Amino acid sequence: MKDVTKGVLVVGVVLAASAVLLPWPDARADSDRRASHLAAPTHAVFEAECGACHLAYPPGLLPAVSWTRIMAGLEQHFGENAALAPAVAADIRAYLMAHAADAQGMAWRWGEAADRAAQGAPLRITGTAWFKHEHDEIAETVWRRPAIGSPANCGACHRDAVTRGFDEHRIRIPE
Amino acid sequence: MNKALVMASLSACALNAAAAETPLHLRDGYARAAGLAPAELSVAAGEALFRRGGDGERQCVSCHTEDPRRKGKTRAGKLIAPLAPSANAARFTDAAKAEKWFARNCADVLGRACSAREKANLIAWLMTIN
Repeated sequence: MKDVTKGVLVVGVVLAASAVLLPWPDARADSDRRASHLAAPTHAVFEAECGACHLAYPPGLLPAVSWTRIMAGLEQHFGENAALAPAVAADIRAYLMAHAADAQGMAWRWGEAADRAAQGAPLRITGTAWFKHEHDEIAETVWRRPAIGSPANCGACHRDAVTRGFDEHRIRIPE
Repeated sequence: MNKALVMASLSACALNAAAAETPLHLRDGYARAAGLAPAELSVAAGEALFRRGGDGERQCVSCHTEDPRRKGKTRAGKLIAPLAPSANAARFTDAAKAEKWFARNCADVLGRACSAREKANLIAWLMTIN
């Protein structure tokens, strides 16, 4: 075999092997891959009950301790009565526990253990250090645009948030 | 008003024909629970409850708009289907759903539960809107 041919073969084999064995550079940013993990399996009761008033926030956006607090206070849910029948609430609580941030191994969202302890059990997704960091470039006037209204309206910009996660490349901020 | 009676009659309706409930059926169920004949209901009182319910900053119209034929919007941006059965065929066809929202919204807007008479009057008014 000619040396040139041998060289081409070696390069080819090395390339093929590296594609399989090595972590190939990903075109997507780290935060995007994390965001796609937020697309939890859907749950019809959760979608119907919680999704009637707001986007059915992916359970991975808060840790289990937060969901426990939220479900314990539905009669005064951010200024509104969102009481549920006990059986319905139990069903939703089980779903939230199974897919909360920590249940999904997404404790990274809350930083190191000490940071997580300091945050306690936040009730508002928008109040977390993580949320504020991800949205630090969004001006107050943008949040108040009629097509958005408030930071609670994820779907205004993250158009397919529930089904596809919060991929940064799929954001469109309405004027 | 006997709340247990309302719930019992409504769940009896649900058992009889879960998918066949109608606004008329719900209205008359609440009227019966209030000890009223359908003819004794007040469309005007139903409208007044909707337009002037409560003294607080939260009103029915804050989310449902002034026109029950139009879609409303929750504070978090979700659309609310119209309240008027003429504009939304699914409205008042599910007794449990109606009870759930009366319980929540009367507590939020009025700071108390609505009576069976108030619920019957409200549905009676909404049924007159074309």
